[in-house]
Amino acid sequence: MPELELACVLAVASAACAVPGVFLVLRRMALVSDAIGHTLLFGIVVAFFIVGDLDSPLLLVGAALTGLVTVILVESLQRNRRVKADAAIGLVFPFLFALAVTLVSLGARNIHLDVDAVLVGQPEYALLPRWHWRELAIPPVVILGGVAALNLLLCLLFYKELKVTTFDPEWARILGYSPALMHYGLMAVVSLTAVAVFDAVGPVLVVGYFVLPALTGLLLSRQLLGVLIWAVGVGIVGSILGTLAAAHWNANAAGSVATALGLLLALAFLISPYRGWLAQLWRRHRQRRSLEEILLLVHLYQHEGTAAEATEAAIPDLYRHLDWPADRVAQVMERTLHHGYVQREGNLLRLTPAGRQQAQQVYGNIRPESTSEPGGCSPSASSPSIPPQTAQE
Amino acid sequence: MSEWWSSGLGIVMVGTALLAGSAGVIGSFAVLRRQSLQGDVVAHAALAGVAAAFLAGARSPFGLLLGGAVIGWITLTLASRLHHHSRLPLDAVQGGIMAMGFGLGLALLQHILTHVPDAGRHPLDRYLLGQAAQLRNSDVQMIAGVSMLTLAVVAGFWPQWKLLAFDPEYAAGLGLPVRWLDWGLTTLTVAVVVIGLKSVGVVLITALLVAPAVAARQWTNRLGTMVILAGLFGALSGMSGTLLAHLLGQQVSIPTGPTIVLCASGWVIVSLGAVRVQQWWYRWVAQRRSRRA
Repeated sequence: MPELELACVLAVASAACAVPGVFLVLRRMALVSDAIGHTLLFGIVVAFFIVGDLDSPLLLVGAALTGLVTVILVESLQRNRRVKADAAIGLVFPFLFALAVTLVSLGARNIHLDVDAVLVGQPEYALLPRWHWRELAIPPVVILGGVAALNLLLCLLFYKELKVTTFDPEWARILGYSPALMHYGLMAVVSLTAVAVFDAVGPVLVVGYFVLPALTGLLLSRQLLGVLIWAVGVGIVGSILGTLAAAHWNANAAGSVATALGLLLALAFLISPYRGWLAQLWRRHRQRRSLEEILLLVHLYQHEGTAAEATEAAIPDLYRHLDWPADRVAQVMERTLHHGYVQREGNLLRLTPAGRQQAQQVYGNIRPESTSEPGGCSPSASSPSIPPQTAQE
Repeated sequence: MSEWWSSGLGIVMVGTALLAGSAGVIGSFAVLRRQSLQGDVVAHAALAGVAAAFLAGARSPFGLLLGGAVIGWITLTLASRLHHHSRLPLDAVQGGIMAMGFGLGLALLQHILTHVPDAGRHPLDRYLLGQAAQLRNSDVQMIAGVSMLTLAVVAGFWPQWKLLAFDPEYAAGLGLPVRWLDWGLTTLTVAVVVIGLKSVGVVLITALLVAPAVAARQWTNRLGTMVILAGLFGALSGMSGTLLAHLLGQQVSIPTGPTIVLCASGWVIVSLGAVRVQQWWYRWVAQRRSRRA
């Protein structure tokens, strides 16, 4: 079943990319993977002109080295005061990519290296045996699997070092870890991974395979380990869904997997319990409700025991004092009654002890209890009255 | 006229010069505002728009590019909204969404090739790397129109753009409609990127925004000079790149996008080198002076 094989290739590819991708995103270096993806073509072309054989494993070495060259070029450009980080990336990769395409068009006329075919990832190619080692034909997918395993292994081995250098490079330096070593190590891993997935994914889509599962993971978990696990899982699921969609609509598999990964990110953004859009709406809704309740309680508390209480706390007049629509007053009153913060006494709404405590928690923060000295709000007098719960909030 | 020259080539050169010139002008603002890769996002996502417009029945270049512009613009807005609401880093969001748009475009292209009967007559894959030799009079007219509009808008609201580029908070404090200005600049970027798709292609158009601007930045500290220089560098790159592709491509077909980008990158290399030479010169003069003193 060819779809199954394709799905496997792409699943391994996106799993291999997802692990370093998480660290790239966390280090704000996502677009470096875009640059590396594009410049690999240059490395492959140059290595081809030197070696003269499209099936030589040396092409992979050349490509992997180009990844590091790209990073070094970008960083040396960024040292120029008049070239910002984003512009440096935007300079380097189009230049090397353009050089590669021109060279291919000029020199590779008589061999089969079609520019358009190189641009578009062809996962089918990854299944064909390409390298021969002692009578053994090795398809690129084997190398892909090896790189995926290597990435997982390196991530496990250097988990602590990666974590510290990613989140707090200064602290890592004090602890004796080398952020520079981790940085270039990560870059080497990214180059190697990009080379391995190059056949299946093509130079332009690489960034999506690195970044999209990582972003999804970041939305779905707040622990680094959880993010990594989600990213790998999302990558695999997206590959399967994308390949199925591609088979159904007769579309390019690598492209539709990138689309599927993007749609999964959108889904995660909708439903994530932490940073999701729906969760944010719900949180805002709840905050507004509780603010309304607090405002009502504070209003009652302010006038409690004063002469004005008879008018200020009168239920039919509440909407005028709070300046709310009457139906909202009714809803808020209903909720506070339900929570047991207030009770009806004839025409009046009165605080229960629990409601008074709630109002004091908020009101005590704004002004000290003694209203006898206006403006005399000394910090020493007010700070002990802040209850610990609100201080933590 | 010698045999390599034709009036068609002249038209194409005018078109690419106008395109790369206006890209240089708009790109100056993108580079100064550290949004160099905005154009990249638009261009990649526009591929999906072009393919979708084709599927929807559009065949004229204008219709296809309009589809690209709409999708490119939506993508950019989506990326910034997603960044705003989810607090995910903007560069990663842009990179991811860009790849998603390009992937969708590639998938649609293959679908079109196999399912739409007249797909062979409209080589959509030319939008990947650009083929300026296929620019027609109508294309160049469209490019000229958009370039003139761009230049007019840039010149017309010059003080506003200047303020927006260097101090958007102050601009907002003065009561300028920063959001609308931002929106306008984005729209101009989208327009320039999209009209460049046919001659430079989706993968490389970002270089036309970035390279002339960075090259110009090396020569001056003044915005006006920088914008004019960037436009000039861009126009020269467009012309020489087209010529280069034409001369190299006597026997084989060479996409124009890469050669134009190579010329634009050449300006960057020359400019960076000039700055370096200038530094050496200053140092040498200072050393001589201190030795004499």
